[in-house]
Order: sequence, then C-alpha cells, then structure tokens
Amino acid sequence: MARFIVRRLLGMIAVLFAISVIVFLIFNVIPNSDPAARIAGKNADPALIARVSADLGLDQPLPVQYLTMMKQIFTGQLMSYAKDRNVVQQIWDGVPATFSLCIGAAVIWMALAVLFGYMSAIHAGKFTDRALTILSLVGISMPVFWLAAILLYFLTFKIQLFPTGSYVPLTENPVGWASHLILPWFTLAVLFVGFYSRMLRSNMLDAMNEDYVRTARAKGLSERQVRIRHVLRNSMIPIVTLFGLDFGQVVGGGAILTETVYNLNGVGLYAGEAIRSLDLPPLIGVTLFGAFFIVLFNTIVDFAYAVLDPRIRLGEAAPA
Amino acid sequence: MSTILKVDDLNVSFATEDGVVQAVGGVSFELRAGEVLAIVGESGSGKSVTAQTITGLTRASNARITGTVTYRGRELNGLEDDELRDVRGEQIAMVFQDPMSSLNPVYRVGDQITEMIRAHRDLSKREAADRAVELLRSVGIPNPERRVRHYPHEFSGGMRQRVMIAMALALEPDVLIADEPTTALDVTVQAQILRLLDQLNRDRDLAIILITHDLGVVAEIADRVLVMYAGQIVENATLDETFYDPQHPYTWGLLGSLMRLDQTRGARLAQIPGQPPSLLAPPKGCRFAPRCPHEFDKCSELPPLEPRVGGSHLDRCWLDPEEKKSRRVQVIS
Repeated sequence: MARFIVRRLLGMIAVLFAISVIVFLIFNVIPNSDPAARIAGKNADPALIARVSADLGLDQPLPVQYLTMMKQIFTGQLMSYAKDRNVVQQIWDGVPATFSLCIGAAVIWMALAVLFGYMSAIHAGKFTDRALTILSLVGISMPVFWLAAILLYFLTFKIQLFPTGSYVPLTENPVGWASHLILPWFTLAVLFVGFYSRMLRSNMLDAMNEDYVRTARAKGLSERQVRIRHVLRNSMIPIVTLFGLDFGQVVGGGAILTETVYNLNGVGLYAGEAIRSLDLPPLIGVTLFGAFFIVLFNTIVDFAYAVLDPRIRLGEAAPA
Repeated sequence: MSTILKVDDLNVSFATEDGVVQAVGGVSFELRAGEVLAIVGESGSGKSVTAQTITGLTRASNARITGTVTYRGRELNGLEDDELRDVRGEQIAMVFQDPMSSLNPVYRVGDQITEMIRAHRDLSKREAADRAVELLRSVGIPNPERRVRHYPHEFSGGMRQRVMIAMALALEPDVLIADEPTTALDVTVQAQILRLLDQLNRDRDLAIILITHDLGVVAEIADRVLVMYAGQIVENATLDETFYDPQHPYTWGLLGSLMRLDQTRGARLAQIPGQPPSLLAPPKGCRFAPRCPHEFDKCSELPPLEPRVGGSHLDRCWLDPEEKKSRRVQVIS
C-alpha cells in the first residue's frame, strides 16, 4: 500500500512535469513570433516588451526559459503584463468561487443521479422510468450556456426569485452565498444528473440479474435491503470512479461556461477573460491549475476504486 | 418419516419475446423430514426453476406460477413476498451453483452471514459475528476467526461453497435446497462438499433437495431421485430403484451415458440422440417420444406419472413393465 502511494505520487509529478513542458512549448516556443511581444499584450510599447523579455529571460536557452517560468509560477510572481496583475494571486482569488460552485454542483448531481437512477431501475419499463428517461435526455441535451441564460432570464430578471450579481463569500454571508449559487449549481449539475442516472439505471438492471442478488433474496432479506445493500452498492463502483474523473475535470476548467454566464468570479471566469484578450500568462497558469486537479482526482479515483472493490489490489496488475 | 414439503401440480411459465416458455409443467412430489431428494435432468429440464420456485425466487412480472407448495401445512405459493421472507433462509435455505458469483464480492463473508442472521433474529452485531465464526467452523473452514474478515475472492472454490453452506445453515433451517452445489468445483473438492452435505443430513436431520445433472453425485448421497425431462418429472423412485430398476427410457439413457471404469477401451460413450424439445411448444404427447427408440402409437398421448411397478415408484411411460425389462438390458449392461 505505501509503495503504491509513493509510486502513484511520483507518477503524478511526472505527468504534471510533462504537461508543464508541453504547455510551455505550446505558448512560448511553437508560435513563430517574438514570445515577449505576445506575452506583453496587443498594445504594448517597446519598453514593456523589453521588460517582459528580461523578466522571463527570453534571451536565454529554452530549458532556462522553462525553469524561469516555473519558478515564477511556484513563487507566485507570474504577471499578466496586459493587465498588470499577478496571475497566481488572481487564480488564488478565484478558488473559493470555483470550489463553491463545483462542490455544490457535485453534491446535487450525485444526490439526484442516485435518486433518479435508483427509481428508474426499480420501476424499469413503467411510467416513472419513462418519465425519468425523458427528463435525463432533456438534461443531457441542454447546452449549459442556453440553460443558464434561460434560468437567469426567467428566475432572476422576470420573477426575481434569485438575486443578481456575483459570488458572495461563504464566510461573509452564508445565505447570500447559497442564493447566488443555486442556479449555477443546478445548471452545472443537470448534464451530469442525466448521464449518471442513466448509467446507474443500466448498472442496477445488470446487477439485479447477478447470482449474489438471488442469494440475498434467498437469505430472506427485504426487497429494500436487497436493492440498497446489494444492487445499488455494487452498481455504484463505476459511478464513483467516473465521478472522480468528472469532478477533477469540472474544477480544472469544466465550469468556465457556467462561471461566465453567471458572472461568478472564479478560476473559470478568469480563464474565459484571458482567452478573450489572448493574455498568455493567465492562460498558462489556468491550464496548469486545471491539469493539476485532473491528475489529482485521477489518482484519488485509483484509491477510491480499491476501497470500494476489495478485489482490486493496489500495486498489482488489474485482473483481466 | 413425515412429509415436510409437498409440491403439487406446480406450473411455471415465463413470457418471453418468442412466446410463453413452459419451464415447469405439472410437477408434484413430496420431501420427507431428513431425506435427501435428488432432482436430476439435463440443462433446461426445469429442475432449477422447480427448486427456486419453492421459495418464490422465480417470481417476476413475466412469470406465471400455479399449483401449491406446502411447507409444514403452510401454503407458500400464495404468500405475499413479505410473508415469504420468513420462510426464506429461516426454514428453507438455498445453496447455489457458482459460489464465486453467488457471494457478493464487495462484502466480507462474515458480514454476509451476519446480515442474514440479523435480518431474522434480534441479535447484536457482536453475537451475530460470533455465530458466523461458529458456522464457518462447523462447515470445516480452518481459522474461522480470521476467515470471517476475508472477502469471497480470497477463498478457493470449495471453501467458498462451504461459506455458502455455512450461511444457509445460519438459521437452522429444516430444508436445504442445493442447486448444483458441486458443478463448478474440482472433482476432489466435489467429493468433500458432498461429504459435508451428507454429514449435515445425518447430524442435523436436515432434509436436502439436491439439484444436479450428475448421476454420480446422486448415487453418493440421495435417498430418492426425481428424473426431470422437458419440465416434467418422468420418474420418481428410490435410489436403488433408479439405478437397478429404472422404468423410463430417458432414465435408461442417462444411466447408459455414464462413463464406466469397466468400459471397453475405445468404446464410444452412449448418448441420447436428438435434442430436448423447445418449451415454447412442447410435444402434445410424451415429451420424450421424439427422441425415444421405443416410441409407439400410444406415445402421442401424455402418460400420467403413476405407479406402474407398485409402491412409490412412479414413472411416465406407456410401455409394459415386463416389456421394459427385456428392452432395457440392451441399453444398460
């Protein structure tokens, strides 16, 4: 177990290193123009370009340039020259909003997905199942930007059920925090509720035919016990795995649209602005931020899998 | 010996996309206290469906079940699912074919046993866990204190089946239904499991319904044998009668296809020609007639299951018993 953890952590570092090299190459080296001019921004004067070149050591060999950039990121010095703001500080400021959005949405999407998937499976073929199937398909089919705009228009502007405006920190005003986040949570969760409930439904229908479910019935357990302890419990293993991956992806950039439409000043909104103004340093920072969480949650999924399914032995080859 | 379980005119059919499958057609038999009753037949003969229907495990929206199953005077087929739960495990316990897939892979075996105990008895977790250890010990699992904490995949096939049997015994049932309990196991392990079942039958006076397609297993421990073919019982006889005075040509075929140590080298193993009939539209008359070398005009009518050679020996064949004696010699040497 300890060996496995060490190995996975080393693997994580290796992957992140590779990603940072690739990001560096994509942004600084591959485009065929002066990186200093691009980093400085569209309307930069020659003096600023010269400062950028000096700050980032752009006259040095590539490995040195890479190390300089990494050093700036890790010491929190990376600057957006176009806006004259500190990139690391900006990302850091966006973290509470992004995490509030993603964690809240994840709670909603898992709770509703389990509820809907379970109801669908135990009423398979009946009205409840059909209604939930249609609902899931609608949820999967609605683009986030459209759904968000519609909800904002009707619920915030028309009937003013929810407040307008940006993110309110939880520590400042918990009620304001939640009321500003309900719509974004729901918007971000809808797609996943659809996918996850469909997947849970089919997992459960498969599991219901398993021999151990028949054993559970033969033991004289109630139908509820059979469904929850045996059918649902075993059907959740792939769902939890997928959840880890999706959660990492949402934190690492999947919430850009939601944050943008609802004007939540999180990391996603910051990334969106950086893309629009082609501001390179924030893009580099945000890309690495996203990569970190995706890789982190991939690793967490590996551990979770071993906890949920005792047949998986950590550190050994997966059984065929 | 008193009858504890009586199955009367049991019919089970399933609606499928291709039509209605008559899985079990008019099965009747009795199980006496302390008896080992074997149900033999090939795949699809309805033996497993019969056994599982006793405790209502075949109930489904596409299943139609008629007839009665009476356990100690209580009719089970008409019971609600909730009422049936008291019978399952408590009075009639089951062991299934593949002990790997029949145990839930994500729970420790001890927890799977205590779960069953606590579903029926008002015991604390501690007491139920102690009981689980005792049960594993009683079925011959070494180090039961340690083994209760293991997962099913950490056991060998034979040990897993012992776990299944231990679990089945948890509530001290009167009847154990073992559905092909040895089929998925190695031959040497099969013998151990059979010995265990035999011992439970003797020591606890546990009545066992043993479903199998292996006549070798039957000869080992059965008191009475039901031979099933295409959803019907074709012969119901004691172990000795089945092996030494079989009345139905299908039984002859089964016995004739046994591998024997004294067989001439290179001699081909006898087989029953043809395939079992489709249960979507079973033959009108004797269901074995299309494959039977002794078929004659009367076989277009279904023979009832009744005593033809006296006593409790029942069969479904129109042939005259005397005639059978001369014909059968050619099949079974």
